[in-house]
Amino acid sequence: MPSTTQRDASSEVTLRMQNLTKEFRGFTAVRNLSLEIHRGTIHALIGPNGAGKTTVFNLATKFLNPTSGRVFFKGVDITPMQPADVARLGMVRSFQISAVFANLTVLENVRVALQRFRPDGFYFWRSERALDELNDRARALLTEVGLESLAERKAIELSYGRRRALEIATTLALDPELMLLDEPMSGLGQEDIGRITELIRKSAASRTVLMVEHNLSVVADLSDRITVLARGEILADGPYSEVSRDPAVVEAYLGSDHE
Amino acid sequence: MSTTSADPAHAQPASTKSLASFGLPPIVLYAVGLALLVAGPFFVYPLFLAKILCFCLFACAFNLLGSVGLLSFGHAAFFGASAYVAGHALKVWGLPFELGAVIGTAAATFLGVVFGYVAIRRQGLYFAMITLALAQMIYFLALQLPFTHAEDGLTGVPRGRILGLFDLNNLYVLYYTAAVIFVAGYLLIYRITHSTFGQILKAIREKEPRAISLGYRVNDYKLLVFVLSAALAGLAGATKTMVVQLASLTDVHWSTSGDVILMTLLGGSGTMFGPVVGAVVVEMLEFYLADSGLPIQAVIGAIFVVCILLFRRGIVGELSHLLDSKSRGKAG
Repeated sequence: MPSTTQRDASSEVTLRMQNLTKEFRGFTAVRNLSLEIHRGTIHALIGPNGAGKTTVFNLATKFLNPTSGRVFFKGVDITPMQPADVARLGMVRSFQISAVFANLTVLENVRVALQRFRPDGFYFWRSERALDELNDRARALLTEVGLESLAERKAIELSYGRRRALEIATTLALDPELMLLDEPMSGLGQEDIGRITELIRKSAASRTVLMVEHNLSVVADLSDRITVLARGEILADGPYSEVSRDPAVVEAYLGSDHE
Repeated sequence: MSTTSADPAHAQPASTKSLASFGLPPIVLYAVGLALLVAGPFFVYPLFLAKILCFCLFACAFNLLGSVGLLSFGHAAFFGASAYVAGHALKVWGLPFELGAVIGTAAATFLGVVFGYVAIRRQGLYFAMITLALAQMIYFLALQLPFTHAEDGLTGVPRGRILGLFDLNNLYVLYYTAAVIFVAGYLLIYRITHSTFGQILKAIREKEPRAISLGYRVNDYKLLVFVLSAALAGLAGATKTMVVQLASLTDVHWSTSGDVILMTLLGGSGTMFGPVVGAVVVEMLEFYLADSGLPIQAVIGAIFVVCILLFRRGIVGELSHLLDSKSRGKAG
């Protein structure tokens, strides 16, 4: 689709999902969904449980293949691509359940991400000590998220909030254009929520962020634009202030949670 | 940092690195091991020890898969195929052992590529089952192809001279040749697990989806480590043929695949040295129980069950855990 490609390249659209449908054995998780994520924004995806938010994430990052529809990233049709190649293009996701490399040290976690830019990923004869070259850069990233003093700890020893921070540092190591965060606040205490919110705001200064999040005050605080999903379809899409007043949204989702 | 919620790790004293996390027991243990390796043939029948070393290398090669979290039920295929090919090269083509070993290893490597390509797309038990099914096909071939001599096997394989100089029929030459091959293989495995490549294997084992989301094509990494493991299993098989002058259906039988799993788990699958200990224990048991009239398989099976139930980390794993918690106790 050259027309779409040209449009995306010249416009502000980083990620475009076009008529995406995903069926699982007769159950339609996502139905004919079209969504554009604009460059430089923080875009939140909200909706009740089972609305298809995580499926949308999986479709966008190609961890799942759509039943029909297409996904464009920076104007490139990534529908036929493998998830690792999508990541290489600059779209890096996090996971709902914290995804750190538990038995690697905090420093090694970040180094694994940095190592992707090196050609020695397959050099089974080269000592891992060669990776010490990455330590300075890795420590700088850890400093950004406040984990520098824990660099030598194993990731599994960290508290939940710090694991989230480590995940963000690992993602930032790749300097992705688009960061997808799947419920970054789930399971976090109030203090950690404040820290991670600031971290996301800081990292979004130079990139685009798409996040799934249940905590509406975080969504209100961070996002430029929100999309409300319900039963696999878009219920509303727009700036938070508008969407939150939409009667359909209030009824379907915000309801009693929202004051 | 004071604003973060309570962190349990913070309260702990600085933890001593566990031996298992080093992958390598302390240098002292290695010195002892090396001394035993050198002095061994003066106390135990060298031919028997050389055969044990072949199985040690086989178990270490198998254990290499663990570094990326794969489990193969078909590793006898690589060991056995190389045993046959090397045996054929030595006996029928009259090649020297070095070349026979290279050709056998190459055959195992090729099989590793084929098996890996077919199996790597599947996870966990499915992966293991595909390797088993493919290995059964190799067994069938070994039964049917003329050059393997089916039930008779390849017997009387000549050993020749190592480097064209030293007669391998001298049991000490034979033993030290096997020892050098074992040490070289072990060091290579150590390097692989502690390489820039090995670092990514660890990441994949820890959290595969995350490794993918960082942009790693994980199947390529799994395939490479699988092929390396197959090649080293092949080297072990070729060396075994030269040592015992025989390649037989046992080498490709599924029970040999089972044995190597047993050796690895018994010794400690999370450790570098565990498979070596496991292989020694299993081979010793089989040898010394052979004349006892006891049902060997049942005895080994019982030991295996007890080990899995009581010492899940395996012999080396439990020992290093014990040492580790002792030093932790001192630090606290």
